[in-house]
Amino acid sequence: MSKTSQDEWTLEIKPVSGWFNFHLKDVWRYRDLLMMFVRRDFVAVYKQTILGPFWFFLQPILTTITFTVVFGNIARISTDGIPPLLFYMSGIVSWGYFSDCLTRTSSTFVSNANIFGKVYFPRLVSPLSNIISLLMKFGIQLFLFTCFLIYYLMNGSVNVNPNMYILMTPYLLILMAGLGLGFGIIVSSLTTKYRDFSFLVSFGVQLLMYATPVIYPLSALPEKYKWIVLANPMTAIIDTFRFAFLGAGTFDPGNLIYSTIFMIVTLSIGILIFNRVEKTFMDTV
Amino acid sequence: MSAVIKVDNISKLYRLGMVGNRTIVEDINRLIARIRGKENPYLKVGETNQRNIKGKSDYVWALKDINFEVEEGQRFGIIGKNGAGKSTLLKILSRVAGPTKGTVKLKGRVASLLEVGTGFHPELTGRDNVFLNGAILGMTQEEIKGKFDSIVDFSGVERYIDTPVKRYSSGMYVRLAFAVAAHLEPEILIVDEVLAVGDAEFQKKCLGKMHDVSEKEGRTVLFVSHNLQAIRNLCQKTVILNNGELFASGNTEQVLKEYNELSRDITIKADTEINNNINRRGKGRVRFTSIDLTDESGNRRYKFEIGEKIRVKITFEIFKEIEGLTFIFAILSGLSRECLTLIQYELSRNKMTPGQKGEVTVEIPDLKIKPGEYPLYFELTDLKYNNYAKDVIDDLTAPLEITEGKNNLYFEDNKPSGYFRTESNLLHKEIYDINQLSKV
Repeated sequence: MSKTSQDEWTLEIKPVSGWFNFHLKDVWRYRDLLMMFVRRDFVAVYKQTILGPFWFFLQPILTTITFTVVFGNIARISTDGIPPLLFYMSGIVSWGYFSDCLTRTSSTFVSNANIFGKVYFPRLVSPLSNIISLLMKFGIQLFLFTCFLIYYLMNGSVNVNPNMYILMTPYLLILMAGLGLGFGIIVSSLTTKYRDFSFLVSFGVQLLMYATPVIYPLSALPEKYKWIVLANPMTAIIDTFRFAFLGAGTFDPGNLIYSTIFMIVTLSIGILIFNRVEKTFMDTV
Repeated sequence: MSAVIKVDNISKLYRLGMVGNRTIVEDINRLIARIRGKENPYLKVGETNQRNIKGKSDYVWALKDINFEVEEGQRFGIIGKNGAGKSTLLKILSRVAGPTKGTVKLKGRVASLLEVGTGFHPELTGRDNVFLNGAILGMTQEEIKGKFDSIVDFSGVERYIDTPVKRYSSGMYVRLAFAVAAHLEPEILIVDEVLAVGDAEFQKKCLGKMHDVSEKEGRTVLFVSHNLQAIRNLCQKTVILNNGELFASGNTEQVLKEYNELSRDITIKADTEINNNINRRGKGRVRFTSIDLTDESGNRRYKFEIGEKIRVKITFEIFKEIEGLTFIFAILSGLSRECLTLIQYELSRNKMTPGQKGEVTVEIPDLKIKPGEYPLYFELTDLKYNNYAKDVIDDLTAPLEITEGKNNLYFEDNKPSGYFRTESNLLHKEIYDINQLSKV
């Protein structure tokens, strides 16, 4: 009855096998879906709220004020001579992007189980869309930060020196997105079987923030603990960001290369595990 | 004609119960087996999947060695009882879950509709959701743009297209969602029981669309349904799954006959699952212990000529006290599942106590109904129809099949159908108490 030969089949479904069978081509074919997800995230988030997109502004401003009061005025942690408002905001905006990426992508499988269970599309589309929609949020917050920066510059008299390193921002973003995505999809893959990891993420990210120079400058750190903070791949990224926009802190290419390698390794492991889990997760989630 | 889907020895193993702390031990066992180059140790303990029988092992084959081929342009039906493995099979075909063993080969783009409106976001408008859902199903923006008007037209919800879908009625929701799916242009379309929600008019439209898609455009349609009438009208070939195994396959008419044989085998016992079973609902205070249709001379059968005497014989047992007892028997329409006729008898006005058993036979002397298949509905309840006292059985028994006979009636196809009254007699009623019997 069937005269078709083996090679005419366009798709073969087999039991899980092979670690390196990525569907990157598929991801590209589904780029429209990627953009639809981004649009959905953006449009749906603040539906039926009064302030709407203003929450994008409000969030970092309120956090900045809180940090300024608690860490600046009460704990009196040094800010390297930078106005505390700018110092904290630069940290919050950049750290925020990374932590959002991580927490959002870490629930990929569990929160999308409903859709994933009903229709096939390359699962990687889902976390990628998170990264991109968060990029918009970051853009808005960066704009806000720039406004504050310009305000301070106009008033003069403060020791703030934005410099050419600002051009490195896209690169820093790639690093943060890569790290956030990498860690996020590793966690999301593990969460399908053992939910313990989702608890780990929610407070782990908070703890990690204290091991990153977000609320303190690297220079304020005792030599004894410095290595811990430097081992954190986010340190160099936040520090470079701050150096570029405010001219404070240090720019150490070595540390940045370390972060880059760290990102590549994490992301590769992440994609590997994710790819493996996406085929079986419906049975374990 | 060439095959576009080739299912080759597909099996799927599932583990029952909790995925708890034991899994990590099993993971390690599996890993050790793999390192030593042995087969997965848990594959051997699988049992066939029979949901109402308690098994020894926690592992079950949801599908076991399924083989079939579907040819290009064919409309192919899949039927089976709840838990037979239909959805698992569709999940494998649509790449949502992987098989444990075996391969499936497909030719062309596959679009699967295991559910309508997958990924619909309640906060977004109908318009946004058309684009979102279309993209999820694999259409590009351009494609959707080109078909947008036709989609909205098909759905018939034009007026609400800029309203968030959370404000839609469930029917409108399904209409819009199916409209998107109907405009997909895959070579293979997989559809799972999605018509259950729409009204009769829309159901007809959907079946028509599926027919057209295959007839005019030469696409292949795989259709899963419990609605045998829909399968009969739509599909040329059909397979039956039973307990995860392929029970029969072939031409639809032939296969449907075998399906009825299969359903006829079911005897309803007191311990037939009550919970987790959509065919039997109730709290177990009173339960049917058997249901039979017989002819005048007491032979069990489900096929009758128009006007032939039909006897409904039930036995039951009381497990917890209830106030009185009512028996309800209804004949439903195959397509819309509306109640066509209903017979009701008050069996007792007294308090019923645990241990009481009974036997009732009702005769329908002259049922005037069009030839066809009619699902049956049986219910036992107390005098006040309290929910806690109910035992309901529907779809578990074979449907009543009416054929043309000597005293044929004239039916017009377009004649409106609806509720009608049916004469019936209570032939026999007996209620006894097993506790008292044993004392004697």
